[in-house]
Amino acid sequence: MSLVKCVDAAFAYEGKIIISDLNFEIERGEYLCIVGDNGSGKTTLMKGLLGLIKPVQGEVIFEGVKAKNKNRGIGYLPQQSDAQKDFPASVYEVVLSGAVNDLKFGMFYDNATRKRAEEALNKVKMLNLKNACYRELSGGQKQRVLLARAIMASKTMLLLDEPVSGLDVLSTREMYRLIEDLNKNEKMTIVMISHDVKAALPSATHILHIKDKQAFYGKPDSISRNIWN
Amino acid sequence: MTICFQEIFQYTFMQRAIIVGLFVSLCSALLGVPLVLKQYSMIGDGLSHVGFGALAVATALNLTPLPVAIVVVTVSAFILLRISEKAKVKADSLIALISTVSLAIGVVAVSMSSGMNMDINNYLFGSILALDKTDVYLAVVLGIVVIFTFFFLYHQVFSVTFDESFAKATGANVTVVNLIISIATALTIVIGMRIVGTLLMTSMIIFPALTSMRLCKSFKNVIICSSIVSLCGFLSGILISFFFDTPTGASIVLVNLAIFISFYLIKAVMIRIRLVKYKENK
Repeated sequence: MSLVKCVDAAFAYEGKIIISDLNFEIERGEYLCIVGDNGSGKTTLMKGLLGLIKPVQGEVIFEGVKAKNKNRGIGYLPQQSDAQKDFPASVYEVVLSGAVNDLKFGMFYDNATRKRAEEALNKVKMLNLKNACYRELSGGQKQRVLLARAIMASKTMLLLDEPVSGLDVLSTREMYRLIEDLNKNEKMTIVMISHDVKAALPSATHILHIKDKQAFYGKPDSISRNIWN
Repeated sequence: MTICFQEIFQYTFMQRAIIVGLFVSLCSALLGVPLVLKQYSMIGDGLSHVGFGALAVATALNLTPLPVAIVVVTVSAFILLRISEKAKVKADSLIALISTVSLAIGVVAVSMSSGMNMDINNYLFGSILALDKTDVYLAVVLGIVVIFTFFFLYHQVFSVTFDESFAKATGANVTVVNLIISIATALTIVIGMRIVGTLLMTSMIIFPALTSMRLCKSFKNVIICSSIVSLCGFLSGILISFFFDTPTGASIVLVNLAIFISFYLIKAVMIRIRLVKYKENK
């Protein structure tokens, strides 16, 4: 059974259809890269996958059911907003907040969750900066902390929205390596949104190219030449 | 020192003011942190103006002012929050409109009921003499409710404050948390403005959070530090106002400003020291 299945799905924003004719499936352990230009509907599609908006046509089937509940156990790495950049919080607090859905009685985190937070920090190689202040980190470090937070929330898959935007060459390479590592060694299902096709190709198992509609979906080696134009 | 405290506690009005003020400053410090970080500071300002309008109208109509104000301010808190969520761009101008309109309504109501007299000053700048027994009970009960709610929802408040869309995506009940924060803010403002006044109430909410954000590096420490700063600021402010016969609200605000400046300077000195050490090591 596939994790997510889109059948003729279309999503709208403020009554206008942004993206339509979506037909694709995500299996467990896959690495899907969604590519497309700015304004092609990537973010709208992402909201649809997260369950924040409903399809106006067709359907999105999550784990075999037409998912109604919002909580799908998706760990999500958003594009960074400006408000967060000057936020007084320790790295550990930020990572722990990924598990807000696992709060006991909605009030406190148990020891297992706290241990999981340390493991997540270890995975992104930030455990030594556990007590550092989030706002004093570099852009690449911040992004890795947010990745750890996404891992905390991830029970089914990781959804990454432009994870390398604003990062320098070195941090970008490191980020892609971490994501590939999570997919190959931790067997996590990854959905990454990117406008950088070339960087996505080597590690992704599937590519979804969107351009208001679904322009291409398949394995990277069978990708048609016209995606570059 | 003991004599000085004995002198203060001889007066019932001072006892009341100190009890109410301590609860209000604790609540506003707790709520101030998420409000400032979410860039909702202006909502606090808007709410206190709405509170003024409600108090004035209630007095003019011969209703008990406090319950009316609580209902009106809570409803407006809900509306203001909705506005800020929906229309990010126009939110601040809309809030400015709402606060000035409420101020205008309040002033008209006051002038129609009794002419411009002492009352309007009490509302605008607060008066510790105006506190009665009901205010004290209300402040204690609401203060305890707000503090407990905050502690129970602490992690959810963090998550919603840090990243609302992430919290929503992971299934946190963002709307409920936001609603609770705004209702608690409304209640705190209604009670607090009896002491510091509608015009000055916002600074009780904003100052402690801004001050502690200078130095603290984790959310937990910001919360703890804000609470201490707020309580100290209130106590010193009210003592200064008692001994030097200055207006209470304004004194508290100025003490808060002094604390803010000292934190700012400490931070600057810390940065300078770090720079010097760095150069020495090189």
